[in-house]
Amino acid sequence: MYDTNLVLGGKEFTSRLIVGTGKYSTLPIMRDAHEASGAEIITVAVRRVSLPGSGESILDYIDTKRYTLLPNTAGCYTADEAIRTCYLAREAGLGEMVKLEVIGDQRTLFPDVEGLLEATKVLAREGFTVMPYSNDDPVVAKKLQDAGAACVMPLGAPIGSGLGIRNPYNIRIILESVTVPVIVDAGVGTASDAAIAMELGCDGVLMNTAIAGAQDAVSMARAMKLAVEAGRLAYKSGRIGKKLYATASSPLEGLPDWTS
Amino acid sequence: MTISVNGKPIDVEPGLTVEALLALLNVKREFTAVAVNREVTRKSDYAAVKLSEGDKVEIVRPMGGG
Repeated sequence: MYDTNLVLGGKEFTSRLIVGTGKYSTLPIMRDAHEASGAEIITVAVRRVSLPGSGESILDYIDTKRYTLLPNTAGCYTADEAIRTCYLAREAGLGEMVKLEVIGDQRTLFPDVEGLLEATKVLAREGFTVMPYSNDDPVVAKKLQDAGAACVMPLGAPIGSGLGIRNPYNIRIILESVTVPVIVDAGVGTASDAAIAMELGCDGVLMNTAIAGAQDAVSMARAMKLAVEAGRLAYKSGRIGKKLYATASSPLEGLPDWTS
Repeated sequence: MTISVNGKPIDVEPGLTVEALLALLNVKREFTAVAVNREVTRKSDYAAVKLSEGDKVEIVRPMGGG
């Protein structure tokens, strides 16, 4: 079936799965998981180098010509910190596409919506392709779009929780509220969660822990690739309606007469 | 003079440039960025920016994250 590409900041992507680089048991496993996921966009954090600075780098295991890097602002609790982190990422040569996080609470890692909106406005004005991680609030999604976000990224559940899509109805309302792509970011635990997000009509799924934390990260990455593709295809195919009672699949006519 | 680099105090020659500091610390340049006193330093300015006593330098690069 014909499908359009995911468009972010004028760039087109065939894969609708975005994966991370955190928490892998080894860097070679991370590299193999990226390969198996089919992802074209890979998130990274921006952190202090260890000094002296000649140690191993995750970039030794990421082909930066092949993948688009998506620096995040994880760990930032104010708009100011997040904005400065994006400037650093751009100066580091990581491009102008950023996964914007402004965290409001350490225990839940839920976003600080006010800070998120403020940072989105500033960064969009500065030419960044802003991909904000937000809560699953349709009003916030609309405000982020109006602030210049290139997409909206509502959480399915708390970061790293693996609880899946906790409020599919809100995700559906978000899909009806905005015209920019909707990418579920955070909360996915297993393949069916990713498929559900895509079946709802989301444009993509971003995940890290669900793959990196799996016992076999490489095969889970492949499972996620298939789930995102399957969910997308099911969405595009137009599912049947739900009914309470059965509808026979086989003809009711032409049954043999077994009465004696 | 003493400056702070990634939160640790180090003693360096007065007037050290960002360029010289990176060489001193053996930091790879690719995908690295520097901020001095909260402001991002452009790569093209590394050789020109001289550090002063008490400056807070942050040197960052991509790490694992989601």
